[in-house]
Amino acid sequence: MNRTVAALVAVALLAGLPALAADAAVELEPMKPNLEDLPSLQRGMALYMNYCIGCHSLKYQRYQRTAEDLGIPRQVVEDNLIFTGQAIGSLMRTSMPLESAKNWFGAPPPDLTLVDRVRGTAWIYNMLKNFYVDPKRPFGVNNRVFPNIGMPHVLIDLQGVPRLDETKGYKPIDLLRDDVLKEDSYKLVPVGEAGGDKLFIVDGNARAMNTGYIKIDPGTGSMSAEQFDQAAYDIANFLHYVGEPGRAKRKQIGIWVLAFLAGLFALATLLNREYWKDVH
Amino acid sequence: MAMKEEGPQAAATPPKRPLMRLLAWVDERFPLTETVQYHATKYYAPKNFNFWYYFGVLAAVVLVLQLLTGIWLTMSYVPSGEGAFASVEYIMRDVEYGDIIRYLHSTGASAFFVVVYLHMFRALAYGSYRAPRELIWLIGMAIFLVLMAEGFFGYLLPWGNMSYWGAQVIVSLVGAIPFFGPDLMEWVRGDYLMSEITLNRFFALHVVALPLALVGLVFVHIVALHHVGSNNPDGVEIKKHKDDNGAPLDGIPFHPYYTVHDFQATVAFLFVFCAVVFFVPEMFGYFLEKPNFEQADPLKTPELIAPVWYFTPYYSMLRASTFPLFGLAAKFWGLVVMVGAILIPAMLPWLDRSPVKSIRYKGLASKFMLTLLIASFFVLGYLGTIHATPLTTGIAQICTIFYFAYFLLMPWYTRVEKTKPPPERVT
Repeated sequence: MNRTVAALVAVALLAGLPALAADAAVELEPMKPNLEDLPSLQRGMALYMNYCIGCHSLKYQRYQRTAEDLGIPRQVVEDNLIFTGQAIGSLMRTSMPLESAKNWFGAPPPDLTLVDRVRGTAWIYNMLKNFYVDPKRPFGVNNRVFPNIGMPHVLIDLQGVPRLDETKGYKPIDLLRDDVLKEDSYKLVPVGEAGGDKLFIVDGNARAMNTGYIKIDPGTGSMSAEQFDQAAYDIANFLHYVGEPGRAKRKQIGIWVLAFLAGLFALATLLNREYWKDVH
Repeated sequence: MAMKEEGPQAAATPPKRPLMRLLAWVDERFPLTETVQYHATKYYAPKNFNFWYYFGVLAAVVLVLQLLTGIWLTMSYVPSGEGAFASVEYIMRDVEYGDIIRYLHSTGASAFFVVVYLHMFRALAYGSYRAPRELIWLIGMAIFLVLMAEGFFGYLLPWGNMSYWGAQVIVSLVGAIPFFGPDLMEWVRGDYLMSEITLNRFFALHVVALPLALVGLVFVHIVALHHVGSNNPDGVEIKKHKDDNGAPLDGIPFHPYYTVHDFQATVAFLFVFCAVVFFVPEMFGYFLEKPNFEQADPLKTPELIAPVWYFTPYYSMLRASTFPLFGLAAKFWGLVVMVGAILIPAMLPWLDRSPVKSIRYKGLASKFMLTLLIASFFVLGYLGTIHATPLTTGIAQICTIFYFAYFLLMPWYTRVEKTKPPPERVT
């Protein structure tokens, strides 16, 4: 019946079955989250707690679990990262009252616990980097990845004032060069050590891709372009973690499960052979 | 001290070993040994089973897995409009190993359909539905229907946006029935729109009613199978040739031969299954869809509403019906086509007029039609996952015709084609 199997496989291939492609008006700059990079996740949490949670809750995730998973001491979180006066075992809620939020923004800012699973990490990273000044919008900014976004550019103090490069116009990114698509071009490279923690910066290659469209007014941001790229990476990476905090542990367990099953299969095969050797 | 000497295992003198004495005690009161012999150690299965004969036992394995993981999920799941979505995330984050239990269950749902479809394909290929196994086939069809309902009701429970809108689309089909449709739809939903009331009744059906029906049907499926005996890839009856003890010459005891065989297959299956559970539980959006990580929102329709992959072939056929007929809406005819497509395999025992059972000895026409059926099913399945365009709708319509042609033309092509003589004994 091998021919039947082969026929079925051929039929399956014919039918194609490509993955459900996400539609993207703007091609996204590649970004690969890294859950083993704890410093990045820690910085991401710090940035999120300082700049995002004022509006966007993470209401299915708890402070304590996050602190433990990211290796942040409980005291540090309690003293520096909880601004709502909640206990460390609480879900990460926003302090913004729902009714006021509706008045201010038209709709309450969405909870972002699962934004990574809905939109993808690269989308978050690109969205953070693609704000630009647009006086026609109520908050004075627009976004290339999320057109007509209904929020201010909260990271503007860090990034500086971003302006769309008029000469290039508003069009999809076409700078996807072969060299930046290579795996190593978005690998994290250590650039030094501070207080025992390794500092990482993402290889500049992949990061330079958006700069052609967004120009920063010199001297307006507290971060350099590379630093801001890293900040956007860290927030996106953190939201990737929050999207499914058990991901890393699940994969660790999975390796043991598969190893066990492989061993069991070897034994089962020997047992089966032993019984079937006298069946003709 | 007199011992009653009844039952197949009763010995003249009481057995000495305590366990054997216990067994004798039980056998006097319950047909334990008899049952084990009837269903396993003295149940003779054809010795020429191949790859395609694993999927029945694998379906049973998945059923047990779904029941167990389902019980554990129910311990933390909250069936309410406010709490359902949050409780699933609670399971994913705060319940010990909750994420793995949940992924086992969500992947299990897809695995169930994978093995059941392959199991059904086996029956088509080797004519397992033919006399004397018509009842096994009909019970199997009932299992398939219950399984589809189980999958459909279960998919609403996470209360994600795709859960909500997927269920909305399917339930609204009821509304296409002439005259009673709208009232019937309201009755099914229990509300004017999909709501917590709908969620609660789907929950009740998913965790109590349908699993009970499923377990009961699987039980009678196996009882009927063991009564008539298994078919095999050659489609010949092994009971025709027996040895002096009445055991079929081409049969071997199910236990231990097929238990060790199935054990090996189960481990192999679990390896693939766990690889998905632990490394790609979303299966690139096929097992867990992205929009379902957003809570159900009656005001926000997902960009593309598509059912989970195991329903997409039928969903394609539903969408392929695009024109009204006899004054009835296209949607109604879509419903008719879809329900027809699901039910028509039940007629197979009476549609197949071939003198042989197995595809090995059937003619070219049967082989061609079966290939066409499977190819159409795959194409329809794929088309159901993407936006419909005039081109894809046209392809879906052609595939729908191929699908039905396999069944409706069967009485003709199985009679006129040239078959090969099947062997007397299994090969």
